[in-house]
Amino acid sequence: MLTRHLAMGIALAGFVGTAPITASAQESIYVPLLTYRTGPFAGSGLPIANGMNDYLQMLNERDGGIGGVKLTIEECETGYDTKRGVECYEQVKAKKPVVVNPYSTGITLQLIPKAAVDKIPVLSMAYGLSASAVGDEFPWIFNPPATYWDGLSMIFRYIGDKEGGLEKLKGKTIGYIFFDGGYGREPIPLLEQFAKDYGFEVKLYPVPATEMQNQSAQWLNVRRDKPAWMIMWGWGAMNPTAVREATRINYPMDKFVGIWWSGGEDDARGGGTDAKGYLTLNFNGLGTQYPALQDIQKFVLDKGKSQTPKDKFGENLYNRGVYNSVLIAEAIRNAQRITGKKVVTGDDVRRGFESLKISAARWKELGLPEFGAPIEAVSCSDHNGHHAAYMQQWDGTKWVRVSDWISPMKERVRPLLEAAAKDYVSKNQPWPKRTESCDKSS
Amino acid sequence: MFYRETGQYKTDYAADMALFPIRQDRIGIALILIIAFVVIPLTMSSFTLSAVMIPVLIFSLAAIGLNLLTGYTGLISLGTAGFMGVGAYACYKFTTWFPGVNIIVLILASGFVAAAVGAVFGLPSLRIKGFYLTVATLAAQFFLSWCFVRLPWLVNYNISNAIEVPTRTILDIPVTGPNATPVTRYLVVLSIVVFMTWIASNLVRGRIGRSWMAVRDMDIAAELIGIRLYRTKLLAFAVSSYYCGVAGALMVFLWLGAAEADSFNINQSFIILFMVIIGGLGSLIGSFFGAIFIWGLPILLRSAPEFFGVSIAAATVEHIQYMVVGALIIFFLIVEPHGLARLWQIAKQKLRMWPFPY
Repeated sequence: MLTRHLAMGIALAGFVGTAPITASAQESIYVPLLTYRTGPFAGSGLPIANGMNDYLQMLNERDGGIGGVKLTIEECETGYDTKRGVECYEQVKAKKPVVVNPYSTGITLQLIPKAAVDKIPVLSMAYGLSASAVGDEFPWIFNPPATYWDGLSMIFRYIGDKEGGLEKLKGKTIGYIFFDGGYGREPIPLLEQFAKDYGFEVKLYPVPATEMQNQSAQWLNVRRDKPAWMIMWGWGAMNPTAVREATRINYPMDKFVGIWWSGGEDDARGGGTDAKGYLTLNFNGLGTQYPALQDIQKFVLDKGKSQTPKDKFGENLYNRGVYNSVLIAEAIRNAQRITGKKVVTGDDVRRGFESLKISAARWKELGLPEFGAPIEAVSCSDHNGHHAAYMQQWDGTKWVRVSDWISPMKERVRPLLEAAAKDYVSKNQPWPKRTESCDKSS
Repeated sequence: MFYRETGQYKTDYAADMALFPIRQDRIGIALILIIAFVVIPLTMSSFTLSAVMIPVLIFSLAAIGLNLLTGYTGLISLGTAGFMGVGAYACYKFTTWFPGVNIIVLILASGFVAAAVGAVFGLPSLRIKGFYLTVATLAAQFFLSWCFVRLPWLVNYNISNAIEVPTRTILDIPVTGPNATPVTRYLVVLSIVVFMTWIASNLVRGRIGRSWMAVRDMDIAAELIGIRLYRTKLLAFAVSSYYCGVAGALMVFLWLGAAEADSFNINQSFIILFMVIIGGLGSLIGSFFGAIFIWGLPILLRSAPEFFGVSIAAATVEHIQYMVVGALIIFFLIVEPHGLARLWQIAKQKLRMWPFPY
């Protein structure tokens, strides 16, 4: 131990002369962003990365950070590759991050066991392991505003609405086209449960990661099976391909519903004007008319401090990135309020997340009125809150909001979550018991 | 001059057949082992240990596995990642069945499952050669990837279709799982890799290795001098898959901590193949060079701008790194088609003559 410190001391001493950056690290909050601007998922990764970055940059430029403390924002390129993601995590871990956003289900799965040991909260916003919403077993993982099972139940609420009751689905076929990995497979148990309950048939169309841009085989089967509705769990290059293939077989686009990760502008543009009618869930506002986005324009984009292309500003996935950063910023602010400290640590921010509340009034205060459903139900035992989303429809050139907030079937999702969490814990014995105490305010 | 053997007499067969007959080599290897076992764990940061050293060692082991097959026996395989996956999934099943058994025993045992699978996919090598065999191993890769995704039994019906590594301890020290320190994991990986490299080096020097090389150089001639082709080729497949399987189990259990089927995709196979080609076909030390070059260099390149205080966007660094690594690969293959191991050999040769050139 002594020699190690000695060696590190010598190494540090050699460093100090050349790198005067270390001094400022004390007075700032380190927020690393694991992003991917390269690789097969870059199409979806770019707008998200830009949105996350720009909102935090804006806080730095406009307010001087959060609570008077500047944020140190740093990107690490993962390429959506799990091995690189773990490398990024190890790299940022040394600099004491207050939160890590893996932005990939695969990477999240690898970080879940590590987070508790390293005392770093992981924010997997509406992706990752649904079961990690059970805060009693996963005190360090957060996945608000909704899980994939919530998403599926919202899609079924919408379908039920259009069909005049879910009972009308009896005898019909529902197709499910999905990314063949953890992300796409997770909703299947609930889907099969729905099929049993309402008497419809499920057809599964898996799309392997290597075949994302070549889905003709799957869509040939769709043409044969003629499902009444198509549900899609896609990401990256898979989405525009699916939309294009759907238009090619003349599938009725207003019966084609995607999860929130399938709703980028570039995804729908893949099908051109024929894609008109394509539906996806969404939980963040669209467009640039929000005061906070105007501030981003003024303080970040106009000053050339962003990589965002002008025409992509305010698009759906960009705003999704902003939403993600709002959660981070609010959790940090919360942590400052709870602890009274200015420079907060990972543990403080975990407490900040556990008592995260963003009411409609708060959304307005943030300059984002009606941008998202009020976040209120996040607590120590529920790290998700099961918040509402809405349905948006592609009108040929842009997304249009076509429904009110749809709340998930929480009573059906929660037991599944509890069971899945129990299952995860039993398979990963010995799993650490929760020792983190719960704040009264949450 | 530095590398002169003059005065080192061999007086018995044992000395002549030693693994490192030259004194300088023995000193060199002892130095390397001391650095690897003592200096590195004491001085390196946990990031360097867990994101650079551990993967380099694991990839070296996989590259050795592929090298035994491709470099020594002349059978090109594109199924490496598939066999690594077999090892990883087998180890996961073993440790859920026998949670009390020492994890290192299970990791080494899971290699046998990979060896059996490898031998099955080696069967076509009895009939076909060259490109045709390559395609057959490619089929193995696709078939195994398909299995990893479609057989929920392999992941114990885990809903997210991934392996999650539980904590396993040896003498109450956690070796796998999130509580295992990078130093522990590094030392375990290092010990296994050193041990298996030692076995491999003895294997290729002995009867089995000679028969592999005979098959590589000309199979008909090998058959004529009495080497049974089928057995030799199948054994090469089995041993190679054993090494890959152990590497796969190490990758998931001691490095990543969790794995999806996608971790064992065709890209991974290509990366290992590149390591073998860059490092040098038919050379164990080349496998290490290749792994260091392909895995270590990009990390170095990525951290270079920050080290020099230049701020470049993460994605730009990524693109630059692709270009530089790509260019370097081409450069090395033009300068020395036999890989880095050959360069190493030339360097040793030059040192032997120094300061008098030919």
